[in-house]
Amino acid sequence: MILTLLILVPLIAGIFSFIAKDGAKGLALISSLVTLGLAAYISMAANTASLSWTMQWIPRLGAQLSFQADGMSAMLCLLTAIIMPVIFISNWNKEVEKPGAFYGLMLLSQAGITGVFLAYDALLFYFFWELALIPVYFLCSRWGGEKRIPVTFKFFVYTFVGSLMMLSALIYLSLQNTGVSAYSWQNIVRAGASLPAVQQQFLFWLIFIAFAVKMPIFPFHTWQPDTYEQSPTPVTIILSALMVKMGMFGVIRWLMPVLPAGVAFWSNTIIILSVIGIIYASLIAIVQTDLKRLVAYSSIAHMGLMSAAAFAQTNVGLHGLMVQMFNHGINITGMWLIVSMVEQRWGTRDMGKLGGMAITAPKMAIALVIISLANVALPLTNGFIGEFMLFNGLFESASPYHITFMVVAGLGIILGAVYTLNMVQKTAYGNATAMTTGGDITANEYVGLAIVIGLILVLGIYPKPLLDMTAGFANMMIP
Amino acid sequence: MTNLVYLVPLFPLIGFLINGIGWRKMPKSAGGAIGSIAILASFIVSLGIFFEVKSTGATTIVHLFDFIQSGKLYIPFSFQVDALSSLFLLIITGIGFLIHVYSTSYMHDDEGMVKYFAFLNLFVFSMLLLVLGANYLIMFIGWEGVGLCSYLLIGFWFKNRDYTNAAKKAFIMNRIGDLGFLVGMLMILFHFGTLTYADFFNNLHNSDVAISNNMYNWIAICLFIGAMGKSAQIPLYTWLPDAMAGPTPVSALIHAATMVTAGIYMIARSSALYNLAPLAQNLVGIIGLATAILAASIAIKQYDIKKVLAYSTVSQLGFMFLALGMGAYTTAVFHVMTHAFFKALLFLGSGSVIHAMGGEQDIRKMGGLNKHMRITGITFLIGCLAIAGIPGFSGFFSKDEILAATYAHSPVMYYLALGAALMTAFYMFRLYFLTFTGSFRGTEEQHHHLHESPAAMTIPLIVLAFFAIVGGYVGLPPVISEHHSLNSFLRSVVSNFGEHELSHATEWMLMGLSSGLVIITIIIAYAVNKKPNFAPNTGLAKTLENKWYVDELYDAVIVNPLQKLSGLLDRFAERMGIDGLVNGVGKIVRWGSDRVRLLQSGQVGFYIFVMVIGMTLLFAISFFWIQ
Repeated sequence: MILTLLILVPLIAGIFSFIAKDGAKGLALISSLVTLGLAAYISMAANTASLSWTMQWIPRLGAQLSFQADGMSAMLCLLTAIIMPVIFISNWNKEVEKPGAFYGLMLLSQAGITGVFLAYDALLFYFFWELALIPVYFLCSRWGGEKRIPVTFKFFVYTFVGSLMMLSALIYLSLQNTGVSAYSWQNIVRAGASLPAVQQQFLFWLIFIAFAVKMPIFPFHTWQPDTYEQSPTPVTIILSALMVKMGMFGVIRWLMPVLPAGVAFWSNTIIILSVIGIIYASLIAIVQTDLKRLVAYSSIAHMGLMSAAAFAQTNVGLHGLMVQMFNHGINITGMWLIVSMVEQRWGTRDMGKLGGMAITAPKMAIALVIISLANVALPLTNGFIGEFMLFNGLFESASPYHITFMVVAGLGIILGAVYTLNMVQKTAYGNATAMTTGGDITANEYVGLAIVIGLILVLGIYPKPLLDMTAGFANMMIP
Repeated sequence: MTNLVYLVPLFPLIGFLINGIGWRKMPKSAGGAIGSIAILASFIVSLGIFFEVKSTGATTIVHLFDFIQSGKLYIPFSFQVDALSSLFLLIITGIGFLIHVYSTSYMHDDEGMVKYFAFLNLFVFSMLLLVLGANYLIMFIGWEGVGLCSYLLIGFWFKNRDYTNAAKKAFIMNRIGDLGFLVGMLMILFHFGTLTYADFFNNLHNSDVAISNNMYNWIAICLFIGAMGKSAQIPLYTWLPDAMAGPTPVSALIHAATMVTAGIYMIARSSALYNLAPLAQNLVGIIGLATAILAASIAIKQYDIKKVLAYSTVSQLGFMFLALGMGAYTTAVFHVMTHAFFKALLFLGSGSVIHAMGGEQDIRKMGGLNKHMRITGITFLIGCLAIAGIPGFSGFFSKDEILAATYAHSPVMYYLALGAALMTAFYMFRLYFLTFTGSFRGTEEQHHHLHESPAAMTIPLIVLAFFAIVGGYVGLPPVISEHHSLNSFLRSVVSNFGEHELSHATEWMLMGLSSGLVIITIIIAYAVNKKPNFAPNTGLAKTLENKWYVDELYDAVIVNPLQKLSGLLDRFAERMGIDGLVNGVGKIVRWGSDRVRLLQSGQVGFYIFVMVIGMTLLFAISFFWIQ
């Protein structure tokens, strides 16, 4: 029951928020803090499997309302529950048009994302997948930047095509089963794994493309920089910190166990695409002048490493992936918070016009440097643990090219330093030419950044809690 | 005492936290005092540890907590106290303390002084982690940590674009090496299942796969790539001269005495591995020798006092790698130690000069400073005598050991190394004569301003000068004494490879040859620079002045093509290629949707309504389909 509360609280608060208008942001904050408490409780529960909850939904289709939490979903729910209040607190002083609708849609999206992580029924999973996405379309197209309409359209086309392909594959899989639980995870897994290899290889792409678009994996990524650029920052955070994890999560929950022969057949291809994506996105990040686009490409590079390690299918790689999913969510949130503060104060994201933040806003500059160091995975920041384990997983994969994969992917850590330090140099250092006015961070921004930086350092120095939370899941998936 | 080893890095960490949190509100003197006392406290604990290790000779592992545990991957956060690490503890905290004291005066007029001490303490903390770690991952944490502090301190005066460029260059070049280190670590994990030194070295002979694939050489080469970056060897050395953008005490501590010797520490620590990897070992020696020669040749024609010292450091590091490549690990560590004394002394001396000259670093505008700054002049001369290898000074003993080991290995390499040693004597005394003797060539105003530095700066100079003289007596050559105290101290941890016993006659001959030639070189340096001539350089001299155009080469071959490639990818592959394709598909869809655009009312509520209807329809369709 507590799992459903995790979804119901933001869902109900979201609906009320449409009516609440000016009180919406308070409602949103309270709701997000309640879910944070619930998520913390779930992630500390000794036996998360005991929290599962199933109810009849559409018996004739074989769909159930079935929720279950394991180490991965508990970790991702916790991430979601941490990120949402950080967003709300950091934006507390910002005026938004139609706050009721804005916060309502944000909360609906949260409910959808949480549902995706908890659903143990394929149709329910699909339902939440769309519930998470559709509010984001509206948020982008209503509150986004100048080019929001064509960009949202592109985003919509990309994701909807992917979603429909996935839906058709899931329906096909459910048709292999009969009874009231044809869509349940166990039955989908049984159905998929017993299909002939050729069918699995075909179905693989139907499902994978939906996830590949979300992550995104090269070459399915071009919606992302545009969408990040045009979305309002709170939405960008939801997209990049949480929704990309939906894609990664989907691969682990709904692809790898379901179509093992398909995954085995295509894994080298996907690793190659992912590794190309790391280098490609890193190179493009080097020449970006817009802060948002730079962070967007940086995120594509990071996701490339995660997906490569996921398809390497080693225990340590998968465990590292769990850690890195969480940490990437934290770090990129910090990145966006800073970007939005810069844009709000100095009216531009063009790095050519910025500089001298260390003089005008030293606290913000320190935060930027720390978050940037986490972004380049410096040891003793949270970024390092996951990345080290991912590289280790890639290196230990059974593929004959494992060393090549690892070394080429490793070039990303050099290129990552190039574009990240470029960004720090151009925004934080130098003389304050354009950035003369506008003060340092305000109290509420301070709280948001403090949470992010606290997690960066604590999990970087002592990653054990996060490792312990997800160890059981990793060992169960790949002993 | 050894179980209190965690105190050694803890004090600088506390110093960093206090100075780091209070950097805007604290008075400057408090920042300097806290920073210096923190290092002094570490030094005292280190002394206790050193003498305990010296008397017991034991290796102690101090386990702090489990860092990473995942399946069979287990990496504890633990420290290893033994002869090698305790010696480095003394070098780091001892010289570190002197440089902190020096900085309290040198940085006193800088508004960012508290921040400076915070960074400096963080550096010492990271460096201590590097040498104390009981496994490669903890070493790597310190390794990247010192790189970060180096980055922060090179770019300390962050308003200057050139300085922040230099900082960025240092970090990125180090990252190239770090990738090698990372791959090396992963290979060790893959073949031996551990990163802990003790387990790894004990199992070196037990991994059949590793032996059959000649993995030793690969692992050793990968680790060496890491060392190339951190210790500024060919081809990753060009960041170090640029790193002189940082405050001069930083150059002394980080870019001469401690951080840049991390690569030597790493290979000495891994001596058991390198003894099994002859190919990698030869590579280390060759790269070291080449770097020693190349950097020394560049130093001959530099005019910036700090650049001369920077290239000198690169060249001396090359000597240390030469020693490592000869399998003489303890000799390399010996030279790390003596070099730390005399090079820190020389850098701090140059800082004193720059201080007196009001920020001027061009030796063409100096001259005759001896009259105005006696202590700086005399201590600088001692540093020059030590680095040139005049018998009796510390550098003589360690350099002689390197040359002897090289001679035993290959006479050709010996003569090349001797050439580099003679160039060292030449450029150092060129620097000395141009700076401290002759007549002053700067402006009248600078002349008036000339003064000896305050005691906080000269006392560290005197202490370092003392050690630059006597530091070599821990390693007397066999012809003088049968007992080499440093070697016997380190023997429990570091195993030298294939030690060749030279006959006493040969050894006397080598010593006499190098000493005689060094003295002749100094006389030549005096003769050449008695009446300095600063006409524009031509030919080879111009090439040397321009550092063999290596920076230009890297720009033309790597940096610019990479930038171009990135631009092309962004413009063509990304925007026109992939995105163009997607947009093309999108246009077709849009054409279709134009037909149904009437549905787009712009009302959010309507959209949600349609979504719900859509979902319902979907259910209905699949429902009937099942029927």
